[in-house]
Amino acid sequence: MGSGSSLACDISLNSILPKHLQDRYQNPSLIRRILAESKTIAMVGLSSDGQRPSYFVASYLKYEGYRIIPVNPKAKEILGEKAYPDVRSIPHPIDLVEVFRRPEECDEIVQQAIEKKAKTVWFQLRIVNEHAAQAAEAAGLDVVMDKCVKMEHGRYNGSLHWVGMNTEIITARKARRLF
Amino acid sequence: MNESKRAFGFETRMLHAGHIPDAVTGARAVPIYQTTSYVFDDTDFAAQLFELKQYGNIYTRIMNPTTAVFEERLASLENATGCLATASGQAAQFIALATLLQPEDEIVASAHLYGGTYTQFSHTLRKLCVKAHFVDPTDPKNFERALTPKTRALYGETIGNPRGSILDIEAAAEIAKARRIPLIVDNTFATPWLCRPIDFGATIVVHSATKFIGGHGTSIAGALLESGNFDYSHYPTVSDPSPSYHNLKFYETFGHYGFLMKARAETLRDVGACISPFNSFLLIQGLETLSLRMERHVQNALAVAQFLKSHPKVEWVSYAGLPDSPYHALAKKYTPKGPGAVFAFGVRGGREAGKKFIEALQIFSHLANVGDAKSLVIHPASTTHQQLSDEELQKCGVGPELIRLSIGLETLEDLLWDLDQALLATSR
Repeated sequence: MGSGSSLACDISLNSILPKHLQDRYQNPSLIRRILAESKTIAMVGLSSDGQRPSYFVASYLKYEGYRIIPVNPKAKEILGEKAYPDVRSIPHPIDLVEVFRRPEECDEIVQQAIEKKAKTVWFQLRIVNEHAAQAAEAAGLDVVMDKCVKMEHGRYNGSLHWVGMNTEIITARKARRLF
Repeated sequence: MNESKRAFGFETRMLHAGHIPDAVTGARAVPIYQTTSYVFDDTDFAAQLFELKQYGNIYTRIMNPTTAVFEERLASLENATGCLATASGQAAQFIALATLLQPEDEIVASAHLYGGTYTQFSHTLRKLCVKAHFVDPTDPKNFERALTPKTRALYGETIGNPRGSILDIEAAAEIAKARRIPLIVDNTFATPWLCRPIDFGATIVVHSATKFIGGHGTSIAGALLESGNFDYSHYPTVSDPSPSYHNLKFYETFGHYGFLMKARAETLRDVGACISPFNSFLLIQGLETLSLRMERHVQNALAVAQFLKSHPKVEWVSYAGLPDSPYHALAKKYTPKGPGAVFAFGVRGGREAGKKFIEALQIFSHLANVGDAKSLVIHPASTTHQQLSDEELQKCGVGPELIRLSIGLETLEDLLWDLDQALLATSR
């Protein structure tokens, strides 16, 4: 067993979005392209506590080769990277803004992501704000909603499979790693 | 790469789910990874694996690449979010309950259970201070009546062993949902080809994979699966900080994978009832033909049930596929392709006739298993259910005249011939 490279079996597990929003914000091809093309990820709401879910996601992604920029006004440094109070304060370009904050904070975060010329905003699992998503789309950004970056990465690179989870990937093509 | 998604069918997933030909060899069959352990990339990666910050292979007591194919394939077929394979069906249900419960918790279980499950609940769980209340499942309201403030799960079998009653899964799931507790369903006799309990609201599904999933009677194994739809935040066993993982909160950290991650990384790790990679391989061979076998199993079972029904030496036949069965309406709803291939009948002449019948059979194998490709027979009162008292036997619906059949894939006419000649032998 290697990594996934083909069609996703569309049984749409584990989403609270209605079907039409799943098609729009959880498109497997879009998610795979984002994971393949993004290099620098600003994680808004990354905790400095090593046992918090956001820290699990960040340490996973860092090991997988992404540069993680912590956005947390209470932290100085997380996982060896300088932390910033907000997206606006980050002095260099970022590809993806990942949101670990409550839905009502998403509008402001999206505005900053647009200013920052990020390519994608990604709202973590169970974080849903359609208004913010539409604003990001109107500015030309890609949007993923109600999905976990770590789970999706593990799903498409094959590692989630090792722990018996249903990746929903069905293919007879030889495995190849895309990211 | 194709841009679209596709809802692949059951048979396609039987053959492909969970296995992508590996990048180096391209081996088409699933390789048998007969290894205990796995080399780490480096010390950092090893540390991350042990903290569960990376998904990956550590030790075959916890996970194995061959087993992972079996697990993901079964998860796909059951429409589950994931699966944990175990050494046996008994281990699967124990690990499910040991993950969920703590001392002083209670469960309400159907009384129409496999004898081994019944004793696990009534004796071993009892020793761990978990109490099981057994109820007649034919009226689902009985589950509700037995609820106490300590009830933490409902438990039943899709097709009850040995009399073939059908659990009203939707009704039981409603009761469980109203109490915010999970419904656990043993789907062994139905297999996901005949019924998928998660589609009807079950939270956890358990299997003895030894039976129809393998189909060959070569391997003991089990599996537990989870829907991914249940909120465990009020289950301290799943959501509280775990002292054995630096106070990791499994439900908060892994979300809908939390229960299964906990079951694997803690309960399976500690209980040790892991499956052998070779058995996983054999079960994968079984899954590849599941629909074809089950189709023939239920065809043969219905024909045998009809034959017995009209036989003068038969007192009664309890198969939910027969229109006069009290479970026929439920069978049409939950197992529309047929209510499995395991059922019971009563032989005229009671205990003595039952023994003579079994001794006279030529093709049916007399043994303690079901769900083999070969036809099987047993007399529960003297075997699988013998540990139970007379009172417990009656509660399980097992009389002394009861014969349990597991109908296999032999030529139907040969099965009917064998049953007929053995029934006639009972009056000699």
